[in-house]
Amino acid sequence: MIRVKNIDKSFSGKMVLENVSVTFEPGKTNLIIGRSGSGKTVLLKSIVGLHNIDSGEIWFEDVLFNKLDFTEKKEIRKQMGMLFQGSALFDSMTTEQNVRFPLDMFTNQSMEEKIERVNFCLKRVDILNANRLFPAELSGGMKKRVAIARAIALNPKYLFCDEPNSGLDPITAILIDELIKEITDEYSMTTIVNTHDMNSVMEIGEKVVFINEGKICWEGSNNEILKSDNEILNDFVFANALAKQLRSSQ
Amino acid sequence: MRFLEQLGLYIILLKKVFSKPEKAAIYYKQTMHELVYLGFNSVGIISVISFFMGSAITLQTAYNTENPIYPLYLIGLGCRDSIILEFSSTISALILAGKVGSNIASEIGTMRITEQIDALEIMGVNSASYIILPKIIATLIFNPILTLISIIVGIIGGGIAGTMAGVITLQDFIYGIQYAFIPYYITYSIIKTLFFAFIITTVSAFQGYYVNGGSLEVGRASTKAVVHSSILILIFNVILTQLLLS
Repeated sequence: MIRVKNIDKSFSGKMVLENVSVTFEPGKTNLIIGRSGSGKTVLLKSIVGLHNIDSGEIWFEDVLFNKLDFTEKKEIRKQMGMLFQGSALFDSMTTEQNVRFPLDMFTNQSMEEKIERVNFCLKRVDILNANRLFPAELSGGMKKRVAIARAIALNPKYLFCDEPNSGLDPITAILIDELIKEITDEYSMTTIVNTHDMNSVMEIGEKVVFINEGKICWEGSNNEILKSDNEILNDFVFANALAKQLRSSQ
Repeated sequence: MRFLEQLGLYIILLKKVFSKPEKAAIYYKQTMHELVYLGFNSVGIISVISFFMGSAITLQTAYNTENPIYPLYLIGLGCRDSIILEFSSTISALILAGKVGSNIASEIGTMRITEQIDALEIMGVNSASYIILPKIIATLIFNPILTLISIIVGIIGGGIAGTMAGVITLQDFIYGIQYAFIPYYITYSIIKTLFFAFIITTVSAFQGYYVNGGSLEVGRASTKAVVHSSILILIFNVILTQLLLS
């Protein structure tokens, strides 16, 4: 379980997160949704420790993460996997080397064992015969899959995804969403996904947190989101023409 | 105020860089890669520049010592000392600040804006140490070799240009480069090179590591890396010369 308690974060005096408190449930796909610039990415990066918060608490189970020093944080971080918006694969490494990197860094496995694990992870995300390709030779969807493979290489307890389907076509986006959900269920991970894609919300949003102007505005499940009477949330959920038509037809 | 802030960030970065590596074997592999990438790949440009630098120094020295009371071998001596004391260390460092410095700043800057550095941090890897330390070690090992190559090629260039232009005979030139040779000059040149290598790598890495924004900022960081490294090289050249030769 990941708990965020009363966190504030500002940049150059501008408040980006204000008194944010939320609990992300274990073994579930938790979604943070909101408009661009609402503070989703800052919240996610604050949770994983890439941004230092101004005040508040971030708990991973019973460990107060934001008070740990770099070395202590490292132990928790070894249990984290993260999928970045632009995949963040290492340009100078092949697909295989990218997925093998955490294993090289943090395990004492033999090369055969590492290759076996790499191939397992790549097969799990449906990437075949691409071990020797460099990131520049992969499509956007393949990059995301390889990044997921790298994120799960060390069997993490927590998976963080920042806009996992941005820049992807709708079909590939759904495939990536399904993959995240399947992996979350398979390994009983606590997954937090940042998105503004309503398809993702409806597909995989077991718990959904809506953030607006740096504040938590609504919490619930994907089944509850369409029935909410929160006006700001409804403006976001029914923003496009198709959703508006569906709502009026109901 | 801004200078102090930057200096503080630079010191914090160096502290991170010189902390205990996660896995020595990985760092060793990275260092070998950087030795080829930053060091061996610079042999060509340093050789070409040194050859023509040596040629020009010889011809200029000959032009300035036309008076018959000066023995001809002084041209060789002047060429040797100019190359060893100044050109092979300082001018080569300025060239490397352009080539290696911009390369380091843009590589690390691109890693920053494409979140590759964040990815390392999330994995629990000390990104500063993993990315920068192998570069520092590689340049500290290879730049003195480049300086020695530069000295040899520069003197060869001087000999060829001098004899081809007919300003000195090969015998006089060889006599001149052996005359009153002080081995400490080589040590002095190598010490300067080590300082310059450290400046080029850390200043450029610093510029790249703290890039914030997009490709435009990476370009700016790359330019800053070259400008700041070059200025620091010239300042330290004066300081080290005073300290080591006085």
